[in-house]
Amino acid sequence: MEGFLFWFLAVVLLGSAVAVVVNRSPVASALSLVTTILALAGLFGLLGAYFLAAVQVWVYAGAVMVLFLFIVMLLDLKAEEAAPIRTLGMGAGLLTVILLGAGFWHAIPASAWEANGARAEEANNAASIGHLLFGAYLLPFEAVGLLLLVAMVGVIVLSKRDV
Amino acid sequence: MGTPTLGHYLVLSGLLFAIGLAGVIARRDLLIMYMCLEIMLNAANLSLVAFSRFTQQVRGEVFVFFVITVAAVEVAVGLALLVSLYRMKRTTKAEEITALKF
Repeated sequence: MEGFLFWFLAVVLLGSAVAVVVNRSPVASALSLVTTILALAGLFGLLGAYFLAAVQVWVYAGAVMVLFLFIVMLLDLKAEEAAPIRTLGMGAGLLTVILLGAGFWHAIPASAWEANGARAEEANNAASIGHLLFGAYLLPFEAVGLLLLVAMVGVIVLSKRDV
Repeated sequence: MGTPTLGHYLVLSGLLFAIGLAGVIARRDLLIMYMCLEIMLNAANLSLVAFSRFTQQVRGEVFVFFVITVAAVEVAVGLALLVSLYRMKRTTKAEEITALKF
């Protein structure tokens, strides 16, 4: 069952990621990105990282995607749809995919990591992350909070018409 | 279709990263390029989570938490920049924004 779910989610993930790249319409790209992110959340859940799966859906599929769709509507990008994708760029992109994919395919099984070992037993996920966040990683956690505040102020300043 | 191993997840993450990179190279619309950047960040997240689960270390998942937060910040600031750029230039195509081009 886990194997079937993995392959199903992997196909959905890669297929929708390709759809983000090749779709002409920005709205279709954004919706494909939602599918990518949901499939990734499924993979997180399959790995036992339930807290991150939930965060992925809240932050990415919720907040970030709404932001993307708002911008698509705001900028009225319909005119961009007709623009053809660069053939040179597409060739370079395909070459990148093939070379990187082949490199990973050969490098990863040959690496020193126990790539074929069994998965670890599941711990109490959200609780242990919380203990780390408010214990060993308290300073980075506060810094990220400050970063969010700075970003919020910066975005308001940037999007005011006359600063 | 046996149980997926760490190698499966890493290859999947590598392929996802490559697709995102290809998108950044091939597309000319800044908005789509942002989406492809998000795909690349997500690919890195997948490999971090896989490593964290297969080596029994929760720290990897804490890193993913930070990466997701920083990615959200990046999207917010980037899209605000995009909007103000669009107000000035009336375009979001990467090759038409040439003010800093030598």
